[in-house]
Amino acid sequence: MTRRRSLWSVAIYVVLVAGAVFFLTPFVWMISTSLKTDAQVFAIPPEWVPAPVMWSNYWRLMTEIPFLRYLANTVFVTVTSVAFYVASSAVVAYGFSRIRWPGREVLFYCLLATMVLPPQVTLIPQFVMFQKLGWVGTFLPLIVPALTGSAFAVFLLRQFYSAIPNDISDSARIDGASEWQIFVRIVLPLAKPALATASLFIFIWTWTDFLNPLIYLTDDRLYTLAIGLQQLASTRAAAWPLLMAGSLLMSVPIILLFFFAQKTFIAGVSTAAVKG
Amino acid sequence: MRGSRHRAGRPNVLRHMTRRQRRDLWLGLAFVSPWLIGFVVFTVYPVLASLYFSFTDYNVVSAPRWIGTRNYTDLIRDPLFGKTLYNTLYLAAIGIPFSLGLSLVIAMLLNNKVRLQGLFRTVYFLPSVVPAVAAALLWRWFLNPDYGPVNEFLWQLGINGPGWLADPAWSKPALILASLWGVGGSMVIYLAGLQNVPVALYEAADLDGASRWQRFRFVTLPMLSPVILFNLIMGIITSFQAFTNIYIMTGGGPSNSTLVYALYLYQNAFQFFRMGYASAMAWVLLAITAVALVGVFRTSGWVYYEARS
Repeated sequence: MTRRRSLWSVAIYVVLVAGAVFFLTPFVWMISTSLKTDAQVFAIPPEWVPAPVMWSNYWRLMTEIPFLRYLANTVFVTVTSVAFYVASSAVVAYGFSRIRWPGREVLFYCLLATMVLPPQVTLIPQFVMFQKLGWVGTFLPLIVPALTGSAFAVFLLRQFYSAIPNDISDSARIDGASEWQIFVRIVLPLAKPALATASLFIFIWTWTDFLNPLIYLTDDRLYTLAIGLQQLASTRAAAWPLLMAGSLLMSVPIILLFFFAQKTFIAGVSTAAVKG
Repeated sequence: MRGSRHRAGRPNVLRHMTRRQRRDLWLGLAFVSPWLIGFVVFTVYPVLASLYFSFTDYNVVSAPRWIGTRNYTDLIRDPLFGKTLYNTLYLAAIGIPFSLGLSLVIAMLLNNKVRLQGLFRTVYFLPSVVPAVAAALLWRWFLNPDYGPVNEFLWQLGINGPGWLADPAWSKPALILASLWGVGGSMVIYLAGLQNVPVALYEAADLDGASRWQRFRFVTLPMLSPVILFNLIMGIITSFQAFTNIYIMTGGGPSNSTLVYALYLYQNAFQFFRMGYASAMAWVLLAITAVALVGVFRTSGWVYYEARS
C-alpha cells in the first residue's frame, strides 16, 4: 500500500516537472532572445545561450523607439483608470448593498447582464459617439468611461460590503452620521482587501488592454506599450531581440505585482468564480 | 383615500412610501448614479444605436442610410462570414475542451500534497498574466518553423516540424497550443473549488472502499461541477470574442485560416468603415453567444448544486 502510494506520488512529481518545463521554456526563450545579437537570432539550429550577451538591446529599445514614452503613457492611462474605476465602483457598490430601495435588484441584474454582453455590440456606437465629441486620438475614451464604474468591481465590492453587519451602520445613524459619512468612515476602511483585489485586476486589464488603445489612439506619441510593441512588430518584423526585450519589460510589472500580491490575486479569482 | 399629508403631483409609487423609504430611494439612486449614467450612455444607448446601424449603410462620414435587412442577407452570402464562423467555432470546439481538461488535470495534481507546491502553482499560473500582446509575440517567435525551438526539438526527435502559424493546415492547432500556455487562470479557479470540497466526503468514500477513480468520479467531479460550468461559460465567451492574440500572431492569415469572427468584425468596422455591416455582425455574435449559453444552461443537468443551508 505504502509502496503503491509512493509510486503514485513519484508519478505526479514527474508529470508536474514535465509540465513546468512546458510552461517555463517560452519564458526562457523570451529572455534568451532579448539578449542575442540580430544575427544570432537566426542561427540554425537555434541557440539558447546568448553569445555575446547584448545588454545593449535594452538600451536600443529606449533609444531606437520611444519606449519610455509608451511606458509613461501606459502608466498614466493605467493609474488614472484604476483610480477612477475603483473610486466610482466603491460608491456604486454601496448603493447596491447598504441601502434598501425599490428597483435595486432589477438594476443590479442589469449590471450583471452588462458583464456578459459582447463588447462588440457597444463598440461601434461608442466609437461614433467619441468621434463626434472629438475625443478620438486622445486618452479620454480610455479613461472617462472609468468614472462610471466597472461591473466586476461593483460585484466584488458589493459581496464584501454585504458581509459587514448592519448594526455598525445603524448605531452610526443614531449618532447622526449621514450615509456618506458612514460610507467613507466605516464601510470603506473595512473594505480595504476588496478594494485591493479590484485595483489589482483593473490594473492588469488596463495595462494589457489592446483593442481600446488600437481603436482610439491614432497618434504615435500617445501609444501605450501594447500598441507600441505591435507597431514595432509590424514595421521591423525581424527585430526579435528588441521585440522580446519589449515584451519582457511590459510583462515585468505584472509579474512583480503577482509576486507581491499573490494572496489578493488568488482570492480575487476564486471569489469571482466560486461565490459568483 | 388620498392622505392629506401627500402633496398632489407626486408619482404614484412615491405616494405610498414613508419618508424614510423615499429618503432611501433617493440616496440609493444617488450612490449608484455614476454607474446608472454610464449604463445609459455607454450601454443602453450604444446597444440601441448598434441595432439601428445594423439596418443601415453607414461609413461614419455620411449619415446612416436605411437599407432594411440587407446587411443580414449580405452576411449570409458573404463567404468570409461563413469562414470566420467556422474558424471561431473550430477554435472553441477544440480549444475549450483541451483547456478545461488540462487546467483540471493540473489543478488535481497540484491539490495533492507535493513538495514545492507553491512554486509549481506559481510556474503554472504566471503565463496567464503575461500581457496578451507580449504572449502573442513570444509564441509567434517560439513557433517559428525555421528559427524557433519547437521545430528544433521535433527535429531532434526525427520529426520534420510543420509550418505552424505559417501553414493554413496548422495555424489553428498552433493558436490552440499557444492558448494552452494561459490555462493558469482556470487552474486557479479549479484549485479554489477543490479546496471547498469537504474532506468528510472523501473520508466517507474511503470507508466505502472507493478506488481513486471512484473518488474522482463520484466525489470530486460532482462537487466541482459548478466550477466546471463557470469555466465552460467563460471559455465560450472568451473564445467567441478572441481578438488580440490572433490579430498579433497571424492577422487572420495565412489564407484566412485564422480569420476569426471578432477580427473580421473589427476589419469591417475600422478598416473598411462598413459600420452598418459590422453592427449586423455584432448582433449575430450576440445571438450566437446567447444561443450557446442558453444551450449550456439547458443541458446543465450534470451540474450538482449543494443544498444551501
